[in-house]
Amino acid sequence: MNSGSTYITGSCVIRQNRVYLNGSLLWEADSALELPEFLRAGYDRFSGQYPKFHKMDALSKLGWLAAEVLLKDTSIHSLSPEQTGMVLSNRSSSLDTDLRYYATVKDFASPALFVYTLPNIVMGEISIRHGFKGENTFFVSDVFDTALMSTYPAQLLAETPLQACICGWVEVMEQAYEAVLFLVENKQRNNAIPLTEAALSALYQQKNS
Amino acid sequence: MADLKAQIIEQLNLQEVAPDSIGNDQPLFTKEGLGLDSIDALELIVLLQQHYNIRIANPEEGPKIFHSVRTMAVYITENQTVKA
Repeated sequence: MNSGSTYITGSCVIRQNRVYLNGSLLWEADSALELPEFLRAGYDRFSGQYPKFHKMDALSKLGWLAAEVLLKDTSIHSLSPEQTGMVLSNRSSSLDTDLRYYATVKDFASPALFVYTLPNIVMGEISIRHGFKGENTFFVSDVFDTALMSTYPAQLLAETPLQACICGWVEVMEQAYEAVLFLVENKQRNNAIPLTEAALSALYQQKNS
Repeated sequence: MADLKAQIIEQLNLQEVAPDSIGNDQPLFTKEGLGLDSIDALELIVLLQQHYNIRIANPEEGPKIFHSVRTMAVYITENQTVKA
């Protein structure tokens, strides 16, 4: 159960070539862009100057981009590295990249693809980018589990050194993708809302600002 | 060496690096150089196999072979069995 002292202090939703920050539409790319082109356009718009981005698989690029947007105006970097953790989830694990890697095996197995054949690598890429060293966990489930995501991060904030936790859903399978990240903290900031299953569900289902 | 630089950029997906910006003697694996990592090293081994049909028999030679574009080019010239 949530103790009642954990808050959602930020959200980022990326789907249908649109990027939402805290419920507001931040950027809409050409709907004709396929996922790789959309991710590159998002990188150019919100970041740049991070060449390792181009080496990532689509799942890591998507999660990395969502984290970039989610955290851009926060004070999370004032915390020590061990105080920020992550709890992410998705439906397809790393299957999209697994299949791409498998396709290379009959010729020359790609080391660069192989290193992304685990879903939790996306958390590693986000951690490297932001210097996070806190606990992190990746779950695989058919749908976004609001019950789990409203309780487990709250438990981590209550019982471990974590002061902030990035949680949510990062899914990629072929051209289908969706990222919904939340910043959860045990401090009530402006526009923060209590972390509850209903709040997560409402934010996850938002379609338009 | 211009072709080799282009192959390295394509193989390692160095999208923000121009071939001309890589010096012939620039170290590939130092922060002052191109800043490649261990996965990139494996990709360079794949590059030699794919493009030049070269298999590195002694892994301990790796640091010497992959020191720079020039050392790679010399190694390729000395060991190539099938032209790319």
